[in-house]
Amino acid sequence: MFYREAGDFKTSYTDDSQTFPIKFDRYRYYVVLIAAFAVIPFLINDYWVNAVLLPFLIYSIAAIGLNILVGYCGQVSLGTGGFMAVGAFAVYKLMTAFPEISIFIHVILAGGITAGVGVLFGLPSLRIKGFYLAVATLAAQFFLVWLFNRVPWFYNYSASGQISAPERSFLGVPITGAQTAPWAAYLFCLVFCVACALIARNLTRGMAGRKWMAIRDMDIAAEIIGVNPLKAKLSAFGVSSFFVGISGALFFAVYLGAVEVGEAFGINKSFLVLFMVIIGGLGSIFGSFAGAAFLVLLPVLLKNTLVGGLGWPTDLAAHLEFMIVGAMIIVFLIAEPHGLAQLWRIAKEKLRLWPFPH
Amino acid sequence: MPDQLLFGMEVVLNGLMAGVLYALVALGFVLIYKASGIFNYAQGVMALFAAMTLVGIMEGNVPFSHLINAVFGTQVHHFGWQVPGIAAVALTMIVMVALAWVVNQLIFRHLVNQAPIILFMATIGLAYFLEGFGDVMWGSDIKKLDVGLPQGLNTVIDDLTYGLFGYGFFIDNLDIVATVVAALLVGSLVVFAQYSKQGRAMRAVADDHQAALSVGVSLNFIWVMVWSLAGFVALVAGIMWGTKSGVQFSLSLIALKALPVLMLGGFTSIPGAIVGGLIIGVGEKLFEFSVGTMVGGATENWFAYVLALIFLVFRPQGLFGEKIIERV
Repeated sequence: MFYREAGDFKTSYTDDSQTFPIKFDRYRYYVVLIAAFAVIPFLINDYWVNAVLLPFLIYSIAAIGLNILVGYCGQVSLGTGGFMAVGAFAVYKLMTAFPEISIFIHVILAGGITAGVGVLFGLPSLRIKGFYLAVATLAAQFFLVWLFNRVPWFYNYSASGQISAPERSFLGVPITGAQTAPWAAYLFCLVFCVACALIARNLTRGMAGRKWMAIRDMDIAAEIIGVNPLKAKLSAFGVSSFFVGISGALFFAVYLGAVEVGEAFGINKSFLVLFMVIIGGLGSIFGSFAGAAFLVLLPVLLKNTLVGGLGWPTDLAAHLEFMIVGAMIIVFLIAEPHGLAQLWRIAKEKLRLWPFPH
Repeated sequence: MPDQLLFGMEVVLNGLMAGVLYALVALGFVLIYKASGIFNYAQGVMALFAAMTLVGIMEGNVPFSHLINAVFGTQVHHFGWQVPGIAAVALTMIVMVALAWVVNQLIFRHLVNQAPIILFMATIGLAYFLEGFGDVMWGSDIKKLDVGLPQGLNTVIDDLTYGLFGYGFFIDNLDIVATVVAALLVGSLVVFAQYSKQGRAMRAVADDHQAALSVGVSLNFIWVMVWSLAGFVALVAGIMWGTKSGVQFSLSLIALKALPVLMLGGFTSIPGAIVGGLIIGVGEKLFEFSVGTMVGGATENWFAYVLALIFLVFRPQGLFGEKIIERV
């Protein structure tokens, strides 16, 4: 009844090809954006930002990036943690080398550097396919983490081997370091998150996205109809790594502040982001957000109920969390292999016909 | 003979032994992949789980004691008996078969005809679940596993090489046992697959699910059997690795060691797993010995992957994998 396209007439091509062609969708997104930018910053405190909102925004960016590669282009990658590490170390080197340049530009540059590294590690995808490629991307994961651990230049020869973000501000408001206000960190990440989502949405509905999807569905057939697999695959690796690099940079600089590479960007991070993409839904931008929200909220909820509510020991709760996350993934795959995004799509279909489904 | 060459030979020998252990894990992967097309990431965690169960049964620990204590406020830890090694291994094997049955009934029966990537993700979910389950069941502390396998320096080889070259090679007894066990395991698996009725049925299922079904092979039975076999291989690998370095979380990471072995050898080939394991074992030890010290060490973490990656660029299906034929 509310959700329909009937009566929503388009009178120009620009209208017809806008990002959200259905009026209800458009207004809903405006409402969400206004709430995110103008309401939430006034309501939040330190706990909410650090436990829920920042990880959600940052993982969403990473999940969008990985979704472009896995969901749209069909190239399974297990190297996300390594690429996030590239973003983190790139932003660290830039921040310490050029302190006078704005951190905003540093984060974007870090994304660019990660894109370069991603294209490099994407090269084997032209020869290797399927599982072999998935395992091959693990080479990126292990090699990059090792590199940042062992080559002192990357962590500026600090004694502990850790990197910690120096204090930087944007438009006079501190963004990194101990002085950061919760709302400032939140807004900074939100800007990147919204920008990334918009770029990704428009890339995937345009020429580039169609080429990626053709490669995903069948690469040989795509090649025959004139898609250049070299350009399509490498551009997917590049764009995906760009987003992942930005998320890694924010993860280090804004969220954690200090990072030990093996701990923060290990293989588990790669799996976590991949889970977000799978649970959220392959090939869906909304799904990336849903998956990230799900996997960020689930541990917080579990911890609050088991440790806070029932008073069980923390290590037991941590083990149970593993069990529950694992079981949830399996249940999701069996019940809805296309993820939360598919549930959302079904709900929209139902809403369209409601209350007269026949 | 120059010292460097002797050291090098020792490194190669140790690499071969390590390679056998990698191959042992890789075997479990190949078995399941061949029979059901599932790339079982949980193999390493299965090895960890098997080793944990073995230790728990041997020491007579109460399963889920942490959980029981947390829920009911009791203080139970031990049954107060010790189970001898052989009996404990048999009991653990029963647990692994039960696990195989449950996994098949609850998960993979429902995922027939799904895309391989979905199946792969399901096994990652299984790995997470088993990891938490093992910790809840037996506790997450580092355990010592001792089923009576010989350990330490092999004096015969030490004396022999000292007599020949004037320098004694250090070879661990456990590695030699592992090599013998792995050879026996591979031999018996090949014989089983080639000559037994169930083995033939397994190969038939691997070839074509539907054709196998139509001539009366029970897919369910074969899958449970294959998962049990993989559980058995995991148990053997768990015993070897557990005796070597203690039963702890890092044991499950051997799965990550086995992946490049698989890539190198080809996902579908049992001999490939062995040869791949040997190449990787020798390669990474030699690389660490010759180059690793110059670039900061710990190259073992990634060398295998990069080697496999470079290798795959020239031969995308691995050494012994079936040729990939693609049609539009």
